[in-house]
Amino acid sequence: MRRTPSNTRVIPDLSRRRFLQGLAAGGVLAGLSPWVKPAWAGEVATTATGMAPVLSGTEFDLVVAETAVNYTGSPRMATTINGSIPSPILRWREGDTVTIRVTNRLNTSTSIHWHGIILPYQMDGVPGISFAGIAPGETFTYRFKVDQAGTYWYHSHSGFQEQTGMYGTIIVEPRGGEHIRADRDYVVQLSDWTDEDPMKVYAKLKKQSDYYNFNAPTAMDFFRDASERGLGKAMERRRMWNQMRMSPTDLADISAHTYTYLMNGTTPAGNWTGLFNPGERVRLRFISSGTQSFFDVRIPGLKMTVVHVDGQDIEPVTVDELRCGPGETYDVLVTPQDDAYTIFAQSMDRTGYARGTLATRADLTAPIPKLDEPEWLTMTDMMGAMAQGGVMGGMGGMNHSGHSMSGSMNKNATPVRHAKTEYGPSVDMRVDMPRTNLDDPGIGLRNNGRRVLTYADIKTPGEPVDPREPGRDIELHLTGNMERYTWSLDGLEFGKSTPIHFRHGERLRVILHNDTMMTHPMHLHGMWSDMEDADGEFLARRHTISVQPAQRVSFRVTADALGRWAWHCHLLYHMDAGMFREVIVT
Amino acid sequence: MNKRLTLGCVFLLSSSAFPVWADNDAAQDRPTMPMKNMDHNAMPGMNHGDKQSANEKPGAMQGRAQGGSAPANARDPHAYSGGYSIESGKYALPGPRILKLADEYNFASLLVDRLEMVRTSDNSSITYDLQGWYGRDYDRLVIKAEGNVDNGKIEEASTELLWSHALTTYWDGQLGLRYDSGEDPGRTWVAFGVQGLAPYWFELDITGYVGEEGRTALGLEAEYEILFTQKLILTPRIEASVYGKDDVKRGTGSGLSEFSAGLRLRYEIRREFAPYAGIEWASTYGGTADYARAAGLDTRETRAVAGLRFWF
Repeated sequence: MRRTPSNTRVIPDLSRRRFLQGLAAGGVLAGLSPWVKPAWAGEVATTATGMAPVLSGTEFDLVVAETAVNYTGSPRMATTINGSIPSPILRWREGDTVTIRVTNRLNTSTSIHWHGIILPYQMDGVPGISFAGIAPGETFTYRFKVDQAGTYWYHSHSGFQEQTGMYGTIIVEPRGGEHIRADRDYVVQLSDWTDEDPMKVYAKLKKQSDYYNFNAPTAMDFFRDASERGLGKAMERRRMWNQMRMSPTDLADISAHTYTYLMNGTTPAGNWTGLFNPGERVRLRFISSGTQSFFDVRIPGLKMTVVHVDGQDIEPVTVDELRCGPGETYDVLVTPQDDAYTIFAQSMDRTGYARGTLATRADLTAPIPKLDEPEWLTMTDMMGAMAQGGVMGGMGGMNHSGHSMSGSMNKNATPVRHAKTEYGPSVDMRVDMPRTNLDDPGIGLRNNGRRVLTYADIKTPGEPVDPREPGRDIELHLTGNMERYTWSLDGLEFGKSTPIHFRHGERLRVILHNDTMMTHPMHLHGMWSDMEDADGEFLARRHTISVQPAQRVSFRVTADALGRWAWHCHLLYHMDAGMFREVIVT
Repeated sequence: MNKRLTLGCVFLLSSSAFPVWADNDAAQDRPTMPMKNMDHNAMPGMNHGDKQSANEKPGAMQGRAQGGSAPANARDPHAYSGGYSIESGKYALPGPRILKLADEYNFASLLVDRLEMVRTSDNSSITYDLQGWYGRDYDRLVIKAEGNVDNGKIEEASTELLWSHALTTYWDGQLGLRYDSGEDPGRTWVAFGVQGLAPYWFELDITGYVGEEGRTALGLEAEYEILFTQKLILTPRIEASVYGKDDVKRGTGSGLSEFSAGLRLRYEIRREFAPYAGIEWASTYGGTADYARAAGLDTRETRAVAGLRFWF
C-alpha cells in the first residue's frame, strides 16, 4: 500500500489516551433506571457484558430521560431511553403489530425514529414532518404493523439527542423463524460520545471548521516531502488543495479529540466482551450509530461473512474488513476457534477506535491493532473519473486509488447537471466527471492488504421486488462548503428548499452525485432504496446509501408510501446544517 | 474568521503568480482544465466531436470546480417540488413550520486576534485587534475594532460595524460604517470591502472608505498561517493604509500612509486560547511621515510584541 509519508500521526498524549480509551467502568452511572424491564431475557447476549437490556413482545413502554454517565472521568448527563446506553434492544416479530408508548421526561421535546422500518408516515418520528414531536411530560403512542424482518435500529430525531445517547437496536424475527443459523447472536452497536454539549461542538465547527482536525499537513510535512520527493513534487502534491482551499485531511469533521468511541455503550478500556465456545458460529449485528463517525471494522484472525445488510439478507460475501457508515447495519457470521479476538472498529479519520472482544472467557483479551495511518484524500476523491482517466497522471504523489479504474465511466451514465444554486457561496466544489464505480472501499481502505467489503459486493438475492423500469430520474447533488461549515443538497440548505415530490405508485430512479470531498450516508425514510450499479443493474435493497467523494450513484424507489418523509445525510452535524430534504408522496 | 492552512511555505507564492485577492476563480480552473490525454469516448455526458459547444451541453465539462456562474441550462433545484412547499400543503403539519435546522439559527463569535503588549525602543503600549460576528451562514453583522492604548488612554482606535454577505465560496462582501477615535478628532466613514480566503489560504481583508469632506481611504490586511505543528503556528501579517487626501488634524497624509509587517508565533493551548510572541516592523510614508517627523516621532520602528489570541 502506498502511504503518505508526510502524514505522521501525533502520538497521543496522556489526556488524549484517556479520551481514546475511556473509563473501564464507564457508562451509565448508578445502575439502570427503574423503568427497565428484567434484562438479559431473550436469546440475545445472554453471555455478553455491558449489553443493553432486551425488550420483546408487542407492547413497549419507553421512557426518555436524562441519566448521568461517565465515559472519560467527567460525569455528564446523557439522554437515555429506559436509562441505558445503548437503549434497550427491541425484539419484534414479523407480522406483529407493535405498540410503543414513549414518555418524555426531558424538559425539551423528543422523538424516536425507527430507522429502516416501513410504516405510516405519522409513525416515522421526525418532528416537524411526521408529527409534532413528543412534548415534555407527554406520552406518544406509536403503533404500526411490522412487515419486515432483520436488524434495524432506532434513535431520536430531535436536536442532538442521538449524540447524547438515544439509540438502540431493533431485531425483527422472521415470521418463519430465524433462518440465518448461528449459535450465538450479538448486537455490536458502534457509536461516538462527547463530553461536550453537541451544540457547542457544532458552533465550534461554524467558527473553525477544522477545529477537531489535528492531522492537518504542516510545514514540517512539507519539508520532509520536499527532501524525499523533491521540491517540485512536494509543491505539486499540494497545489490543487491550496488553490481550492480544501484540506486533504478533512475526513471526519469531529475526531477523537472530543470523541470517545463506544461499542455497545462501552469504552475501549471497558472492553465489551461476547463469549463463545470454540467452533461455534457467531452472528454479530454491527449497527453503525456513530453520529459523525464512519467505523472500519475488522476482527484480526477472523474472516467475516457478511450475510445481512440494512435489514436485508444478501448473498454471503466473506471479507476481512468493512466500513460502517452512520445509519447502516451489517450482520456478519464468524466462526472463532481461538480463545480471544479483538473486534476493532477504527474511525475513518484514524484518530480513535471502538473496541471489544470475542472470547471463550470473560477475562481474556487479544492484542489491539494499531490505528492505521491517516491518508490524504486523493485526486479521485476530488475529481472523480477525471483523476481516474489518467488525466492527472502527472500529479506527483497522487494516490490513484480505487480497486479498479475500469468501469468507472460506464456507457449508460446520465449527463451531470449541476443545480443553478451550486454556483454560489454554499458550494466549494463541483464534480463534472464523477466516478461511478462501486468497487472502491473508500479512503483509508484502498489497497490495504485486506479484503474489504465494497458496495459492489452487496447483492440482495434475486430481482428487485418492484420489477418496473424507473419512469424518470431525480438528480440530487450533495453539496457543502467546508470552510463555512455549511452542508446542503443542490446548494440549498433545508430552510431554502422545497420538497421533492414522488407521485404515488411511481417507480423512479434517484441519482445522488457527491460534489464534496466527504462521504455522505444518505438515508431516505419510508421507502426502500434499491441500489443499482453503474450499468443500472439491481444490486441491493438499502435504507442508507453512502456516497463517496466525487462519486455518483443511483437507486430505484417505489413511491408507495403516502405522506411526507425525511431524506438526509446521516452524519448528524451535516443533517443539522441543512443537508436535508422533505419528500412528499401524493 | 479562523483560518488554518494546510501548507506552510510562503515561497510557494513566488512560483505561482496569481492575482491575489480578486481571484476567486482563476486559480481553480486548473482542476478541470487538462483535457489532453483524455479518452473522450469514455466520458460520461461528454459531447463528442463538438468541442465548441461543449460548455452549453448539460454534462459537458463546465470548466470550473469552484465558483463561476451557472450556465443557462443549469438544473432548477426546485424542479422536483411539484409545486409543494415545506411550509404547508398536503400532509403538512398544521401551524407554523417547526422543523428548523441550523441554517435558520443565528450563531455568534468573537475573535480577539491580537491583544498584545507592544514594545519599541522608547515606549510600550497595548494594541487590540478583534472581530466579532452574529448571524447565519451567509449574512452576518460584523464588528471589527483595532486600536492602541498608551498610558491608559486610547491613543488611536478604529471601529467598524458592517453587514457581511457571502458573495462567493470564500469571499464576503461587507458594507457599513467606521468610526475613528482616539486623541485626534473623530472621523466617520462609510466602509465597503471584501474579506475572505484567497487561493493558497491567504486571509485577506480589503476595505475602501468614504468620509466627510471628500476624504477617502483604503485599508488592507493579509494574514497567513504556517503550521509547524498542529498547535505551533507562525502568522506572517501585513497591514497597510492609504488615504486620498491629507488630514492634518489626524496627522495622515495622502497616498500610502502606513505599512507594517509582522511575524507572530503562537501556541494553541486550546484552539480558542493561544499566547504568542513576535516582531513587527512599521513605517509611515509620505505626508504621514512628514507629520510624524514634525511631531518628533520616528517614521520607522521595530516592535516586539507579546500577547494572546483567543476566541469564543
